[in-house]
Amino acid sequence: MSRLIRMDHTGHTTLAEWTADDAEAVDAAVAAFRAELDQGYFGMVSTGEGHAEQVRDLPVDAELVIMRLPISGG
Amino acid sequence: MSAALEGLPERQAVHWRPLVDERRLRRTANLWTATTAAHVVPFLGAGAVLFAVQPLALPVTLVSFAHAWVIPELYAHRGANVVKPKAPRAGARAEQLSVGLLGDLIGHEARELHARTGLVLERAALGVWLVGPAGAVLVRPGGHRVNCYCVRVNDPELPSGDRIAHLLLALRSDERGFATVANLAFSGARWRVRRRLAKSVRPALDAAGAAARALDRVSIG
Repeated sequence: MSRLIRMDHTGHTTLAEWTADDAEAVDAAVAAFRAELDQGYFGMVSTGEGHAEQVRDLPVDAELVIMRLPISGG
Repeated sequence: MSAALEGLPERQAVHWRPLVDERRLRRTANLWTATTAAHVVPFLGAGAVLFAVQPLALPVTLVSFAHAWVIPELYAHRGANVVKPKAPRAGARAEQLSVGLLGDLIGHEARELHARTGLVLERAALGVWLVGPAGAVLVRPGGHRVNCYCVRVNDPELPSGDRIAHLLLALRSDERGFATVANLAFSGARWRVRRRLAKSVRPALDAAGAAARALDRVSIG
């Protein structure tokens, strides 16, 4: 089961869960992912130890997709 | 992954900054050393000359020496502040959840260090990073020099684990971009920053120093 989560004030919120063979759940996850992008979040996927990648489309095969906010110098 | 993007998008907000790389880090280190020397040497020299000319001016000499000592300490204090522990603003449940998610992103060793110190240790290409909720310290290979950066996610209400996870994911996706976006608060000797850190945080810097020495041995080997 893949998960789309957003880091927020609650710790994190699960926005969607899907399996690659469930087209309806995938569509819902894609819609949730795009809605977060529209809100200014970035989609991140871990790609092995110490590595991550920002994605512009929902990677359906990823186990965990995390939405993060922009960072800046303090 | 075909949909992956190149570099941190946040770099657009600081487009005038050149992308940080090894050469730029070495240049920055040299500049900080030169600046520190430019602050310290005149005070030391003036104090010594004054004492040689007029030994009765010893109090003035001591004040001059004190200035030479205080100025680098103030810089180091600014550096240490980037990982200064702060009281969490989010509720206990949110903190717990955020730390759980952060724990999923890091290994056992880093989880244990985070539980003790509040900082996450991350080995990368430019050195060993210590990532906190509102800043990061880069310990350069060899472990002698540190760069302290102010960098944060633009939402102060997020729990601390999430704040670290934001920085960690950005660092992992584009380390050079991360160091470019972050504001450099201090570059100098590790021991100088260590003295200004809270005692609870010092083990993290010690661990990062040891990891950075190992990095140096690997690069020499």
